[in-house]
Amino acid sequence: MSHAPAALETTATGIDNRKLLMWLFLASETLLFGSLIAAYLLYRGQSVVGPYPEELFDIPFTSVSAFVLLMSSVTMVLALAAIQRGDQRGLRIWLFTTALLGMLFISGQAFEFTEFNREGLSLSSNLFGTTFFVLTGFHGAHVTVGVLVLLSLLVMALRGRLTRSQSMNVELVGLYWHFVDVVWIAIFTLVYLIQP
Amino acid sequence: MVEAMRKLRADAESYQGWWSWLTTVDHKRIGVMYGVTAFSFFLLGGVEALLIRLQLSTSNGQVLDPDAYNRLFTMHGTTMIFLVVMPLSAAFFNLLIPLLIGARDVAFPRLNAFSFWVFLAGGLFMNASFFTGGIFQGKLGAPDAGWFGYAPLSLVSTGQGIDFWAFGLLILGIASMAAGFNFIVTIFNMRAPGMTLLRMPVFVWMTLVTSFLIIFAMPIITVALFELLFDRLYGANFFNMAAGGKPLLWQHMFWLFGHPEVYILILPAMGIVSEVLPTFSRKPLFGYQFVIFSGLAIAFMSWGVWAHHMYTTGLGTIANSAFAVSTMLIAVPTGIKIFSWIATLWGGSINLKTPLYFSVGFISMFVIGGLTGVMHTVVPSDYQQQDTYFVVAHFHQVLFGGAMFGLFAGIYYWFPKFTGRLLHEGWGKLHFWLMFIGFNLTFQPMMILGLLGMPRRIYSYGSGTGWDFLNMLATAGAFLIGLSILVFMINVVVSLRRKERAGADPWDGRTLEWSLPSPVPPYNFAEIPTVRARDDFWHQKYAEDEEGRPVPIVAGGAYQAEEEEGEEEAETGHGIHMPSPSFWPLIAAIGLPIMAAGFIYQESANLLPMIAIGAVITIVGIYGWALEPASE
Repeated sequence: MSHAPAALETTATGIDNRKLLMWLFLASETLLFGSLIAAYLLYRGQSVVGPYPEELFDIPFTSVSAFVLLMSSVTMVLALAAIQRGDQRGLRIWLFTTALLGMLFISGQAFEFTEFNREGLSLSSNLFGTTFFVLTGFHGAHVTVGVLVLLSLLVMALRGRLTRSQSMNVELVGLYWHFVDVVWIAIFTLVYLIQP
Repeated sequence: MVEAMRKLRADAESYQGWWSWLTTVDHKRIGVMYGVTAFSFFLLGGVEALLIRLQLSTSNGQVLDPDAYNRLFTMHGTTMIFLVVMPLSAAFFNLLIPLLIGARDVAFPRLNAFSFWVFLAGGLFMNASFFTGGIFQGKLGAPDAGWFGYAPLSLVSTGQGIDFWAFGLLILGIASMAAGFNFIVTIFNMRAPGMTLLRMPVFVWMTLVTSFLIIFAMPIITVALFELLFDRLYGANFFNMAAGGKPLLWQHMFWLFGHPEVYILILPAMGIVSEVLPTFSRKPLFGYQFVIFSGLAIAFMSWGVWAHHMYTTGLGTIANSAFAVSTMLIAVPTGIKIFSWIATLWGGSINLKTPLYFSVGFISMFVIGGLTGVMHTVVPSDYQQQDTYFVVAHFHQVLFGGAMFGLFAGIYYWFPKFTGRLLHEGWGKLHFWLMFIGFNLTFQPMMILGLLGMPRRIYSYGSGTGWDFLNMLATAGAFLIGLSILVFMINVVVSLRRKERAGADPWDGRTLEWSLPSPVPPYNFAEIPTVRARDDFWHQKYAEDEEGRPVPIVAGGAYQAEEEEGEEEAETGHGIHMPSPSFWPLIAAIGLPIMAAGFIYQESANLLPMIAIGAVITIVGIYGWALEPASE
């Protein structure tokens, strides 16, 4: 935040251009996930054949993986705090940890998808399969993009090209990352925890 | 090789040669490319319309077979909405927004270039569908389920037409959303000192509102299109009734996007007309705040009216009534705008030039379109009109009579600013009258045909129906519109060859762009202006006498002195930093249609590598873009 005065000089609102862009992008993304979640809720309990969610969901397992993703938001904040105080070592450690936790979450999802698939659930098996895979798949794709960007930042940091003056890069990725987390909280609650 | 690259880069920076167009990040050049591309698609969509009209000119027409007819009307609608009116509006956003708010460029010049290239890629991809059905055997391959692509029709449609349509719209959606983000940030953040929100020209406001509608509406159609594609390509069940899916979900999602989309199409034209009318009446816009807040009200309410497209689907009386009321309400802010425009003209010293002709044409035609729209809100009346030519007449009345007339007003108005030459008045008025008469001759008979019960989307009708004469009139009108477009093209060519220069301010304009030389230099403003009033440039030129009449400020007044001072500063001041040209946005855009084609054909010809190639191209483009410095 030490560079806020520079932004004040250049934009009419005082908000950094890229930050405003990110907020608008995330606002737009809420409609994307909103539509996907709406489709899931509309078709909940409407499958005419199995397998049904209650036969498949392993709530303890998914809770752990939700916890992993939530913790990655904490490490993301630590990465941002590190770069803002010029702590390069901390930045690298926390960027790496965040990406690692993200990958752990994705691995959990991959395991879950394979497991469900083995038990007969597919994109075409029934309405549950269709809406579940598309909704969680879109979310997983978002996490994957986030991991790739985090790894890119990490490479930049390791090559000494991510300095304190560029903390906005980390802040923007952080905004995206927290958003993806928040979406998972909604999905986890609506899809896994609240059963009809 | 390195030498060649360096030369290309130098060319781009010195602003000439084809490479400079491929790598440009200048909002004015991108605007010109948007305009020229959209106009080319306009000609294509126009030819499709003329073929449809030829087929329907008499009963039992033999010009098109039913299959070709379905594909042509689908492509006509899709083209005119997504490849003509939206990008033509985008052309105006690009050309004008930085000039109107006193900025040197948009907030994200390279993202802006990306928007254009993605739009071009999406448009070409969409139209490539024509070649997928075996064009050499005389079979067209384009989508055939209407521009609304209703499920389950869009599911059972064979061939790749619908897949091209859906992927094409997804690609175009990326272009629109990128532009939407860019213009919101530009308008909020790039305003010159003193350009407060309530000093912004109405066109800037309408661009802002439209951009918000775009970034919120596009994700919904994106999800709907993905669902359709998952159903078609991977056997998902979103709209599959056998598995419990509901085709009606498609209609809800399509129109939840589709009705805001209607305002995405019309609000920019309303903004243009709100700039043209004050200039040619030599009066400020009547009720500036009301026009702006009406625009905002329309945008908010547009999210609560979608089901008026679906009265006949059996939503029930309560839902139908609720949507009828909300739809009637949306006519109120629209009416406020119309009265404000008329009151702007009232008592003004009218300068009757072509842009004003088109603006007044816009108002009159839009009123008819709006009123027929109010007729549709009445549920029993709509039951009668659903799927008839009355609806076709209605939405052409707003989208052609409204949006296109408004956009042409803008073209005539701002042409001199970007080319340095005025469009010829004589040819312009001929264009207007041919288009105005042709338009009414085409669509007023359709109103009657609709009330007589002629259904839309039919490729032919019997001779005993009594519809022959009116259809012949409509076809004659359509060709008259075609002729008027030819006149317009002649006008452009003739005008560009004129020796006479337009000068900086040919219309005695009110807004900042007229303070700049024509054509506008690449950096727009040598010195970023300080804005002191709404219609700032007008107030630099005119004071008011006791009765409120404008009195020219004599040369050498306060403004003149200030300007000279400004020029001195610019000469002695620091150099102007402009963003460097970049080819990465183009590369990032090229990957998208390659990926889409890979997805469509992967079943028939294992094209997974193609998807990967497309993805790699786009990712390389994005990384190159992210890592290169924005300006040197």
